[in-house]
Amino acid sequence: MREHDIVIIGGGPAGLAAAVSARKAGIQDILILERDHMLGGILNQCIHNGFGLHTFKEELTGPEYASRFIKMVEEEKIPYRLNTIVVDITKDKEITYINRDEGLVTIKAGAVILAMGCRERPRGALNIPGYRPAGIYSAGTAQRLTNMEGFQVGKEVVILGSGDIGLIMARRMTLEGAKVKVVAELMPYSGGLKRNIVQCLDDYGIPLKLSHTVVEIHGKERVTGITIAEVDERRKPIPGTEEYYSCDTLLLSVGLIPENELTKGTGASMSRVTSGPNVNDRLETGAEGVFACGNVLHVHDLVDFVSEEAALAGENAAHYVQKQKGQQAVEAAESHEVPLLAENGVRYTVPQTLDVANMKDMVVVRFRVSDVFKNRSIAVYYDDQLISKRKKKVLAPGEMEQVMLKKDSFAKYPDLKKITICTEGE
Amino acid sequence: MERRELICIGCPMGCPMTVEMDGTDITVSGNTCPRGADYAKKEVLSPTRIVTSSVKVEGGDMAMVSVKTEHDIPKGKIMDIMAEIHRTKAKAPVAIGDVVIEDCAGTGVNIVATRNVEAAC
Repeated sequence: MREHDIVIIGGGPAGLAAAVSARKAGIQDILILERDHMLGGILNQCIHNGFGLHTFKEELTGPEYASRFIKMVEEEKIPYRLNTIVVDITKDKEITYINRDEGLVTIKAGAVILAMGCRERPRGALNIPGYRPAGIYSAGTAQRLTNMEGFQVGKEVVILGSGDIGLIMARRMTLEGAKVKVVAELMPYSGGLKRNIVQCLDDYGIPLKLSHTVVEIHGKERVTGITIAEVDERRKPIPGTEEYYSCDTLLLSVGLIPENELTKGTGASMSRVTSGPNVNDRLETGAEGVFACGNVLHVHDLVDFVSEEAALAGENAAHYVQKQKGQQAVEAAESHEVPLLAENGVRYTVPQTLDVANMKDMVVVRFRVSDVFKNRSIAVYYDDQLISKRKKKVLAPGEMEQVMLKKDSFAKYPDLKKITICTEGE
Repeated sequence: MERRELICIGCPMGCPMTVEMDGTDITVSGNTCPRGADYAKKEVLSPTRIVTSSVKVEGGDMAMVSVKTEHDIPKGKIMDIMAEIHRTKAKAPVAIGDVVIEDCAGTGVNIVATRNVEAAC
């Protein structure tokens, strides 16, 4: 069986950054497996700008951001295989993939980096009654068809969900000559960035109806119209508030789900909140030598953070391989693994555990909050001791938050049992 | 006196702001920080946007090449720029930064490619 030191599943932003970082950490034998016919992943269809402000200090479009990392991968001569789909990963890190040139191949990896990204929640997950006519697309599918394949997806459009992809597509369809009649959002707030609401909806006079959902899809062969209705606090439609919009297209932007079918084969434990694997501060899953980064781990709002996280996974995977080969001289201290708990308005944390004895000097803990909060603080506790409290004017589920934990801050807590991150009022 | 309501895009706060214009005299209220006032002034005096789209490619390994305005353009010109983008076809190969349309819609701003498209083999 062919063996590689590190095999990376996915050649999108996470996989590319992980590969470059693993090479810089000294690993020669790396292989990226990508199912599309080119590297870059979802960035290829995200032709709008706003990427890279943190990483490159300039505003790039998605394809430009991807090309920077693709260039680094090519300069480092890191091998990759395109049109290649991984079908299985085992506990022993045996990876089975299929492509047209090689057929079905099984290889063995010293370390695996999971970078498969996420996919869109489909109509079937929403329980919208009605027929199944043509003209219903997830926003990302419409984005690919419009931006990469050059198809006109629809002429009169209703969008359900105000996540960023839905907002971006409202503008994109308008620029392509379509009439976007309304964006309906189930929640009383939008999950998208403010910037996108202003520049994608307000600029074009597209109404956003909060606390509204689609209650009926009309049309048998092709969508002919959509009925939306207001919902109550329990998110149930309120009778009598129905409004009909004639349209030929319904776009769904109703959430992203990390794509972890392969992860389960490794035996890694999964988080019910993130739908990604649980990881420690090295971004290693419960399966030894299997690391995860990017949207397969948890859904990010900015690609810059994906790149940063993936670089960390790449570096740690490299250290793991070097340790297995006996190349790394650094003596590890006895591990002191502490769980990170998300409480009171904090939905989850990544990582979920922290080895305070062997952690880096500083570890970034990322999380999302469960609701829109104003004038609330983010507090960190070591056991029951308050360590830090940072006031925020506003917290929203659409924006990823972070706290930094420093290694030297743990010196005074040799018997630490838990770290809690929570929101607190005055 | 002219009044306009704006939502600040500077941060997730999204302050609802009111801008009052009296000739060159501009008063901004509702903002919680100076960034809001700066944004509001620019937005009422000369709002600009970067426009991104895709242009059809002939003879390429992809159907479309993604493009953007090289600089921001006046907001009122967006649809003129789109009309010219829709009329345009690029020829492969195209590389990032290549000018696809010169001086688009009389704005003096070029449309440049944001991805590489190789010639089809």
